[in-house]
Amino acid sequence: MLGYNNPAAAAVAVRGLIQLGEASVLPLLQSLDEYNYGARAYAIRALAAIADPRALEVLVAAAETDFAPSVRRAATKGLGQIRWQANAAVVSAQQRVLHSLVTIAHDADWSLRYAAIAGLQALGTAAADLVPAIVEQCRLIQASDGDVVVQARATLAVITLSP
Amino acid sequence: MVEHYQSSDAGLPPADPTTEGTDEQSLTVEAAIAQLTHPDLSLRYYAAWWLGKFAAGNPAAVEALMAALADESDRTELGGYPLRRNAARALGKLGDRRAVLPLVQCLESDDFYVREAAAQSLGMLGDPSSVPALLPLLAGGVAAAQRVPGRPHLAQPCEAVLEALGNLAPGSPQQAAAIAFVEPFLTHSLPRVQYAAARAMYQLTQSSLYGDRLVQALQSEDINLRRAALSDLGAVGYLPAAAAIAQAATENSFKLFSLKGLLRHHLHDHDAHSKDAIHLMSLMDQLL
Repeated sequence: MLGYNNPAAAAVAVRGLIQLGEASVLPLLQSLDEYNYGARAYAIRALAAIADPRALEVLVAAAETDFAPSVRRAATKGLGQIRWQANAAVVSAQQRVLHSLVTIAHDADWSLRYAAIAGLQALGTAAADLVPAIVEQCRLIQASDGDVVVQARATLAVITLSP
Repeated sequence: MVEHYQSSDAGLPPADPTTEGTDEQSLTVEAAIAQLTHPDLSLRYYAAWWLGKFAAGNPAAVEALMAALADESDRTELGGYPLRRNAARALGKLGDRRAVLPLVQCLESDDFYVREAAAQSLGMLGDPSSVPALLPLLAGGVAAAQRVPGRPHLAQPCEAVLEALGNLAPGSPQQAAAIAFVEPFLTHSLPRVQYAAARAMYQLTQSSLYGDRLVQALQSEDINLRRAALSDLGAVGYLPAAAAIAQAATENSFKLFSLKGLLRHHLHDHDAHSKDAIHLMSLMDQLL
């Protein structure tokens, strides 16, 4: 249904996939390459909302390099919201997300910088060890970003994460 | 060259209103200025657009574009001046008020699209001294503001003039006159013109009556009108519209951009951690 070029139907399908949650993740990841661009964008939106760690690489790639800003924003937000599971790989995976979000926080498009800060705030809420590094990054953005709205989002992230 | 309606971004608008173009940077300002007098007219047209996008803060670019406002070489079959249009658009983006006087002169051009671009750019340049020159374009009210037979536009660029007056006339000596000229356009037959009038009336009076008219427009049947209302609400920063914007039936990117306008406006005299600012950001976060 994602590939039918019918936005209303696709939106229903995405909602359904999100409700299925984890059960959707593997089928979506496995069929991603077969989709046309539009369907792929919907699949990435679903993966971003489900925020399963198995989608990490797909979300990083979409957040950093997708053609459509709306897909990049959704993937960026999804990266921050990944539902981490305690295992040996989690620390390095979180570092990877941190690095990706900091990169996106310097994008030319304000909406991506904004999304990256929202993602950083969510990451800090899930990973206490990263809070000092995230707060430092957000303070830098607060002081240096040229857009008052992006600065304001960085201020809110600092306030939210500071004890 | 075919005569057709062009948006303020010279026919090259971003598909997503949240993006600010960053490619196309292959030219340099010096090369683009030189290209404004290139034998190939299409390169001149492109150079004028490019300078508007990438030459902020460059006095030589402003001077070259002001000279292009008097171009006689680039003409359409119907007598229009494509290069003048793009030069007028670019001058609004560059923010140099030396362009105000030549743009005011463009308000008397025979070419509708030159007048439209000049009005838009005067609104962006923010110099209230252009208000007396803008008001006559609304003379005759709704009765005069009708479609030109055989053309896709009205007799005057009413929308652009209304928007410019909304930006420039509040606090100017012509504020009361502007209200008298703008108010009748609330009843124009075209919804886009009504919205532009409501937007200007809100800026001129700060009355929620006009902000709420734009909120009602978010329920329009036509998605392009809903998008226009989102853009207008963002431009005037009408805070009571926040929840209605977040729920409007359009793409998230349009709603995000509109809420950004509200927040930017709010931050003029509030902190980033005011209750309203935090609320706006929580709405924006949900649209990512």
